[in-house]
Amino acid sequence: MKIIGGFGTRLRPLTLSWPKPLVEFCNKAMILHQIEALVKAGVKDIVLAVNYRPEVMVSVLKKTEEEFGINIHFSVETEPLGTAGPLALAREILGKDDTPFFVLNSDVTCVYPFEAFRDFHIAHKCEGSIMVTKVAEPSAYGVVVTKPGSTVIDRFVEKPVEFVGNRINAGIYIFNPSVLDRIQLQPTSIEKEVFPAIAADQQLHSFDLPGFWMDVGQPKDYLSGTCLYLSHLTATHSPLLTDPKQNKWVYGGNVLVDPSAEIDPTAVIGPNVVIGPDAKIGPGVRLQRCVILSNATVRDHSWIANSIIGWNSNVGRWTRVENITVLGDDVTIKDELYVNGASVLPHKSISSSITEPRIVMCKF
Amino acid sequence: MSVSKGVLLIGGPSKGTRMRPLTLDCPKPLLPIAGKPMIWHPLSAFAKVPGLTEVIMIGFYEDSVMSGFIKEAKREFPNIAITYLREYKALGTAGGLYHFRDSILRAPVPQNIFICNIDICSAFPFTEILELHSKHRGVGTIMGVNVRKESAQKYGCIVTEPESQLMMHYVEKPDSWISNTVNGGVYLFDKSLFDEIKIAMDEKTARAAEDPLVKPDEILRLEQDVIVPLAAAKKMYVYQCKDFWRQIKTAASAVTANSLYLTRIQKSNPDFLAKSSPNVISPVYIDSTATIDPTAKIGPNVAIGPGVTVGAGVRVKDAIVLEGTNLEQHSCVLTSIVGANCNVGAWARVDGKPEPEQDVKGQISVTILATEVSLAPETLVRSCIVLPNKSLNRNSANEVLL
Repeated sequence: MKIIGGFGTRLRPLTLSWPKPLVEFCNKAMILHQIEALVKAGVKDIVLAVNYRPEVMVSVLKKTEEEFGINIHFSVETEPLGTAGPLALAREILGKDDTPFFVLNSDVTCVYPFEAFRDFHIAHKCEGSIMVTKVAEPSAYGVVVTKPGSTVIDRFVEKPVEFVGNRINAGIYIFNPSVLDRIQLQPTSIEKEVFPAIAADQQLHSFDLPGFWMDVGQPKDYLSGTCLYLSHLTATHSPLLTDPKQNKWVYGGNVLVDPSAEIDPTAVIGPNVVIGPDAKIGPGVRLQRCVILSNATVRDHSWIANSIIGWNSNVGRWTRVENITVLGDDVTIKDELYVNGASVLPHKSISSSITEPRIVMCKF
Repeated sequence: MSVSKGVLLIGGPSKGTRMRPLTLDCPKPLLPIAGKPMIWHPLSAFAKVPGLTEVIMIGFYEDSVMSGFIKEAKREFPNIAITYLREYKALGTAGGLYHFRDSILRAPVPQNIFICNIDICSAFPFTEILELHSKHRGVGTIMGVNVRKESAQKYGCIVTEPESQLMMHYVEKPDSWISNTVNGGVYLFDKSLFDEIKIAMDEKTARAAEDPLVKPDEILRLEQDVIVPLAAAKKMYVYQCKDFWRQIKTAASAVTANSLYLTRIQKSNPDFLAKSSPNVISPVYIDSTATIDPTAKIGPNVAIGPGVTVGAGVRVKDAIVLEGTNLEQHSCVLTSIVGANCNVGAWARVDGKPEPEQDVKGQISVTILATEVSLAPETLVRSCIVLPNKSLNRNSANEVLL
């Protein structure tokens, strides 16, 4: 079985320094969450559909290949092929035997129940399966409508005006190799062109995703997804979480801290905080609903909420950072400033308050 | 040495509305700036003038409002008499002075009478003004200050003859620009001032009698009714003040005045201020009854009043914190005034912008928390004016919170 993952640019300024699949989500590269789950489900070959092949990604994934004993192939698009075209491009690998393959949208986080999904797919014997998730407000999505009393997909309704159901496409699929016959090597939309065709043949089933689901392609959703993931770790009593009983500075739980991070015991951290390797959190710091990436420093008495602090960044003393602020790699915030909803590009030094949300690109 | 007296025009409760909400419960002259009531600063400067025997305050406040301060001031400045004269009727600045002429001219009869407005922050160079005045022997000397060209028309504008320092022309708030030198609100007059006021009064009465459209009243203003004719008669001189000067009209300007006075005190009387240390960045005034955690970082330009509690890891900068207020741990107070008996919760942030050169309508710069405002932990209040007894538990920016 195999995987295909795409790339995005919506997570800038983080993705200016790192390819998005390597950006950490809860202290692990996004793509590793998916690879590990796929390996658990018996996947041996992984295809990454990319539009370029960053050296850093090649070297990171080399280690992953060795660690898990799998093969990772880069399938490089020379022109944009939409969401289905890359499958045709990787036809040789995907179609080399009769086993079904997974297709994953790289921006999605969830519990990845690949084994149950595979078993479901094999059991119904049809061409494809789509993982679906329930949402409160389906009007902004494409809704999946099944035939009454069945998992067979009847039709898709894009941005429904009236309520037709609340199950939406979760961006995770499993197909038999025969689906490749339906796809030409040209820009093709899997959602708009391929799915309706398979559904018309009554060959497409929907599988209800248990637990949380979040598209983490944007900073706001990345933070929401982080909260969902941390809540999932709490619910499953994961030993990865920092134990509030042994660490008095944990407040409200859902706190994930890399063991190499240094936390001053007078800080108050949580709920919903991720702190990466080698990060330093100073005395009297207050963190909530935020992500501190590796080797970043948050200095004394600062207050951070709803924000992402990039790698190697330095947040000065008595600063207040909030409202979906994203600091890129190696950003410095001087002491005592207020930073409200700023997206700060890598290697910037901020020396005056940013009181309204904006992008900080160059000297100002 | 000739006898001098000082007159402080302190206004009354109906004045100083632009200082609200601070003046809702503290009369403007008594508002603490750099650890001392606003009025103390000119008073202490008067006490240093050779030959000055008495300071007379004229205003509309009830006697009881001023009595506490006057009692203390008499103890601090035993060599000068300190009197408060209460006006019951609005007579204008010149009218009020004339009304109290007998008290002012009471023995020892002064040769020179200083007149000083309360709503300014200045180095009050009274002795230097007296020196210049003694040389030219005109009826009066006005302290002129230089302001930016864009804001000059908000003030009384002065044209001076550079050689002689003679005042050529005076226009109150002119429609078009005439000069960057403006009335600094400090004057020195010969005792013949009262004769000049009498002339101005008579002229006004005569005009009123001739013109049926002019309603006769007793209001006589010092600037328009007395100084303008004195300038025309070449009887006024200008002392050009080179030291700092600011108006204290709005609550925001109190923060600026606070830092200017503190900087001055740092040179003139450093023992009055808190000692510099890694966590105290001069100039800082801390009342002896305030409790400051050693991990709090304070300054520069901070005045902390009696009974204030400053918790661990607190940051205070460019701010006035009034009596009895409590700043909880890790909170920040920056470019703000925190009124009496407020409570600022842990990690809360009270933040303002410095007072702008020119007021922008509808924009608040410095944050002002009035008396007994309570701010919940971790909340942010930025460029807001918060009225007394409010409890805030959400973030606010650029608002007046009633």
